[in-house]
Amino acid sequence: MPRLKAHFDRLSHLFLPLSVLVILIIINLIKGADYFRITMVNGAFYGNIPNILFGASELVILAIGMTLVTAASRGQDISIGENGAIASAIFVQYVLNAGEVTLWTILAGFLISCVAGIIIGAFNGALVSFFKVQPMVATLILFLGGRSIAFIIDGKVSPILANEISNRIGTVIPGVPIQTPIILTVVFIALVAVVLKTTNLRLYVEAVGINPSAARLNGINPKKIIFLTFLIMGVCAAVAGFIAVNKAGRHDSVNLLKFIMMDAILAVAIGGNSLGGGKFSITGSIIGAYTIEMLNRTLLRLEVEPEAIKAFKAVFIIILMVIASPVVRVFARKVLDKAKTIVAGYSVRKTVGLNKAVLSTTDTSARKKEE
Amino acid sequence: MESLSTTKPKSRLSNSNLLFIIAGIIFILMYGFSLISFPDSFMQFQTFFDLFNFNAALFIITLGMCIVMIAGGIDISVGAVCGLVTMACAMLLESGTENVWGALFLALGIGLAFGIMHGYLIAYLEIQPFIITLAGMFLAQGLLTTLHKDPINVTWPAFVALRNYTIEIPWLGAVNRLGVFIPCEIKPGVFVVVALVILYAVLMKWSRFGRNVYAVGGNSQSARMLGINVKKTLFFSYVICGLTAGIGGFVFLMTTGAGNIGNGALFEIKAIAANVIGGILLNGGVGNLLGAPIGTLTLLTINELIRAAGVQSNLQAIVSGLLLYLFIVLQSIIMSLRGSSKFRLALPSWLKLNRLQDNGD
Amino acid sequence: MLTEIILKMEGISKSFPGVRALHNVDFALRRGEIHALMGENGAGKSTLIKILTGVYEKDAGRIILDGRPVHFKSPQDAQNMGIGAVFQEIALCPNLTVAENMFIGRSRDAFVQWKQMNAKAAQMLDSLGIPASPTQELASCSIAVQQMIAIARAVDMDCKILILDEPTSSLDEDEVQKLFELMRQLKARGVGIIFITHFIDQVYEISDRITVLRNGELIGEYETAALPQIELISKMMGKALSDVAAIKKHEPSKSEDSVPIFEATALSSAAGVRPFNFTIRKGEVNGFAGLLGSGRSESVRAIFAADKVTGGEVKINGKRVKIKTPLDAMKQGIGYLPEDRKGDGIIDELSVRDNIILALQVMKGFFKPLSRKQTEEFAEQFIQQLEIKTPSLNTPIKSLSGGNQQKVILARWLLTHPRYLILDEPTRGIDVGTKVEIQKLVLKLAEDGMSLTFISSEIDEMLRVCSRLIVMKDREIIGELSGMNLTEQNVMHMIAQGGK
Repeated sequence: MPRLKAHFDRLSHLFLPLSVLVILIIINLIKGADYFRITMVNGAFYGNIPNILFGASELVILAIGMTLVTAASRGQDISIGENGAIASAIFVQYVLNAGEVTLWTILAGFLISCVAGIIIGAFNGALVSFFKVQPMVATLILFLGGRSIAFIIDGKVSPILANEISNRIGTVIPGVPIQTPIILTVVFIALVAVVLKTTNLRLYVEAVGINPSAARLNGINPKKIIFLTFLIMGVCAAVAGFIAVNKAGRHDSVNLLKFIMMDAILAVAIGGNSLGGGKFSITGSIIGAYTIEMLNRTLLRLEVEPEAIKAFKAVFIIILMVIASPVVRVFARKVLDKAKTIVAGYSVRKTVGLNKAVLSTTDTSARKKEE
Repeated sequence: MESLSTTKPKSRLSNSNLLFIIAGIIFILMYGFSLISFPDSFMQFQTFFDLFNFNAALFIITLGMCIVMIAGGIDISVGAVCGLVTMACAMLLESGTENVWGALFLALGIGLAFGIMHGYLIAYLEIQPFIITLAGMFLAQGLLTTLHKDPINVTWPAFVALRNYTIEIPWLGAVNRLGVFIPCEIKPGVFVVVALVILYAVLMKWSRFGRNVYAVGGNSQSARMLGINVKKTLFFSYVICGLTAGIGGFVFLMTTGAGNIGNGALFEIKAIAANVIGGILLNGGVGNLLGAPIGTLTLLTINELIRAAGVQSNLQAIVSGLLLYLFIVLQSIIMSLRGSSKFRLALPSWLKLNRLQDNGD
Repeated sequence: MLTEIILKMEGISKSFPGVRALHNVDFALRRGEIHALMGENGAGKSTLIKILTGVYEKDAGRIILDGRPVHFKSPQDAQNMGIGAVFQEIALCPNLTVAENMFIGRSRDAFVQWKQMNAKAAQMLDSLGIPASPTQELASCSIAVQQMIAIARAVDMDCKILILDEPTSSLDEDEVQKLFELMRQLKARGVGIIFITHFIDQVYEISDRITVLRNGELIGEYETAALPQIELISKMMGKALSDVAAIKKHEPSKSEDSVPIFEATALSSAAGVRPFNFTIRKGEVNGFAGLLGSGRSESVRAIFAADKVTGGEVKINGKRVKIKTPLDAMKQGIGYLPEDRKGDGIIDELSVRDNIILALQVMKGFFKPLSRKQTEEFAEQFIQQLEIKTPSLNTPIKSLSGGNQQKVILARWLLTHPRYLILDEPTRGIDVGTKVEIQKLVLKLAEDGMSLTFISSEIDEMLRVCSRLIVMKDREIIGELSGMNLTEQNVMHMIAQGGK
């Protein structure tokens, strides 16, 4: 029983993102009961849910990296979209210049783009950890200059990735019923889970995020850990860029992953993580990312005008954050406690009967006399 | 400004002032370099005034952001609010109301509404400022696109007159190729900038509210214990920032004369960058308000310099990013040197003083 | 009841989620008296004070000030009613000037009169003999000076009631005397002072009356003169205390001929300690004595490489080793419990379990996480062994009392089985009971063959535990005392004389 309760406590931070998800699903079901319907087109699943999973893949991957960066450095990386754009530009150039496109060229290009992502992450990470620049300021540099770098790498406007393998990575592999980006996302999440299981990443990152000075005196090098989270962020950005460019089929240096950092940060916050660093929940961030995608698609489904979508999204976020705010939470707990005591008191009186009630009143009167 | 009021010259320079002085030196060096490299354009006073003429809105928005940053917060909605204001005012002016005051009140009202919403949610419900102002940004952008998608040019003559109105300085100017003397021109928006800079600088240095903002940004827990109403202070810092964004929007419209979806885009990022260059730290509590205009000037000079140097257009962003990188690293190195000198008690005091003066010169 | 009661708190109760902090507590303060509020950690002193200063709102009870019931909604309310407070953790803003810190949050004026304010502050600082300039940034003052400034602020507010919550914990003897002088002055002016401290000697030196709390309940109010020390301690702890009065004096194990377990020559660090030599043998407990700021903490930090080591040579068991980072030191079997528990010790949001296994885990390495079961076993073992009071393994450490937090940090280092453990002020801000437990533990560990360095601000505590004292002054070692020479007199003498 206590073990169960402990398990429950550990999951309590997921209450917010999960309940939002449920509310969105209910809204969608009210709109149309066929929400969960999945159709088979050309041997692959399509439908609302697969579309959400498909659409959110880059966001999920970036949200994972953002969670780690936020937890360790107590700040956010706002250059992730630019990082992804640069890394994928390198990928596209490699593939286009490789001649015949085989699975190996794609793989090699992907690995090279990951290296590029890591280098960019190292640039940001060095500023944050060694020069002690606030993350948002440090990543501002690449945010401003990154797209121009990607543009220069492209050489010409929007190079096109017209090969069969890229197409399959961006959509479906014949014979596999699930869209490839979804599979890649699942693989990536599994990889992160393995890393968290087999290393002390979580303990180190949390310790550094909560109290870097104490972490240092326990043998952890906070600079290295913060640096490491930025490297991981770099990999995440490269993978997200890889998926995004294969989905799009061409590299648009201006619009690829544009402003996605806002959604990624939002996903981290909806996932119940503090943007001030410290303890983190990657599961929460992942759910948060899917929630954002579902929200976007729900607004479309409700036939909100495309121009007004952002305003609706804003209202939704505000309501959500108000519900989750510390003040409202404390208030809700008080109300709940009160309700509990009333219910408990009521049930006691009901079962034990009048006897006890009489006893308790004489008790209090006796106490009054003493005073 | 603060150094004037110090009675004992030996007391250590505060972080705020040190960073401000660094920002000032960087700007002077930057501008001096521009003067030497491109005397043709930078030697003209008009170039300097144009920095203000065309970017008055950015100056104004940076001021509001500065106060929020000193309070330890952030407001990334300012650019979007500014854009929304230009569009709303342009629509009002074009709807036949033909009332500049009405448009001004609309601008202030929109800014105030966003400021109050942010302030309330952040100060009283204790929600993370980044997320709330992000929502505010989405809201403003959404409202903007809902209002009108296409650019609206204000054609009402009275407003066009206001837009085109300039003040000439007869004794300052340049002689053009034809030998005609062209006096320097200043747009009315510049006066708004100057007035706001003075107003806010006084507010931050001499008003109770301003000092409370510093205290809250420095350590909000302590500020509460010292009897400062932390929530109220935070609330009003966001209200001022929102209001300033509204004013910025109106000035933007006064400069360009058109409402457009792209108006004010990326202003929040530019404002943050300008403040960082001006020595206002994102952590809060540190920074001199005058650093905001200095930082903005530096940022704009960089852009101007890159343009004058004829850098390829797609390289401009990279170069300005690199320069920003240089400043940030420089700031960080100076601050960490200062931090470590605190421990080096073995250092003779005259040596420490010397080092400070080096920075000051 | 000759003097008039200016403050009365009746039936105060306060609960936090899961904890009953105060239950039906009464408290009365008279005009012109110094009233010590005593109790162990978690007794409810801080909660009571925070209710009185408007930081918390009470659940039940009433506060009567000058005969009128009052209700504080914020610290400002309390300030306006003439209640000033100075807390252990200095509640000032480091980025403001000294003068601002003294005056901010007090005036209703819309504008600040800098000149006037600086002049007033200068006068105040002068009259109290505080070595600071009004225009100086607070961050550039030492902690002790900051504390004095906080007191100056409270004093200047013409408060009727002044609350001093552990004001002396970061002051040296001289500064304490200065503070007491100030307190006596205020007392003569008719200010009622509530004084909270863990230093029992200070209570007897300065207070007129003592109120004792235990587990959130009132034990009683006594005249200081009529309450013997030992009785006070037993009232605070709630049990008879033969072992508090007489802890066994440690017998130093004499094995001079053996190779020292740790030996440093000409060690120096970036924190500004002069190059020093230091050795410790197996099973020895030694200590660094000296006033605050004498360099005792900096020395042990240099041994652990907590500050950047700038020179010197280190030998472990006679073999030369390089210790450049705390991790190097840990791998050589050195443990270090830092002076600043909150800032350097606990990772406050992490669970008790994670806090206990942290150091061992780091030593094992990034790629070798302990299994969940192992960590639970380790944590449970030490929770039992050190009697750590915690609701569960997964409780965040920040919700534990100070003493229990310190035990968790101790457990963290014991788990790594160090051969040399440095304890810097392990008993600061901890209740008497835990203090004694920690002292006993230190002696037991030494008996089992561990070498320890024990630092404390309370000299008699060090005399009780250490067999050798290294005396420091002005960041330099000025001498060593051991055996028969190890007396309080000699230590004081040495510090006063400056060594030899």
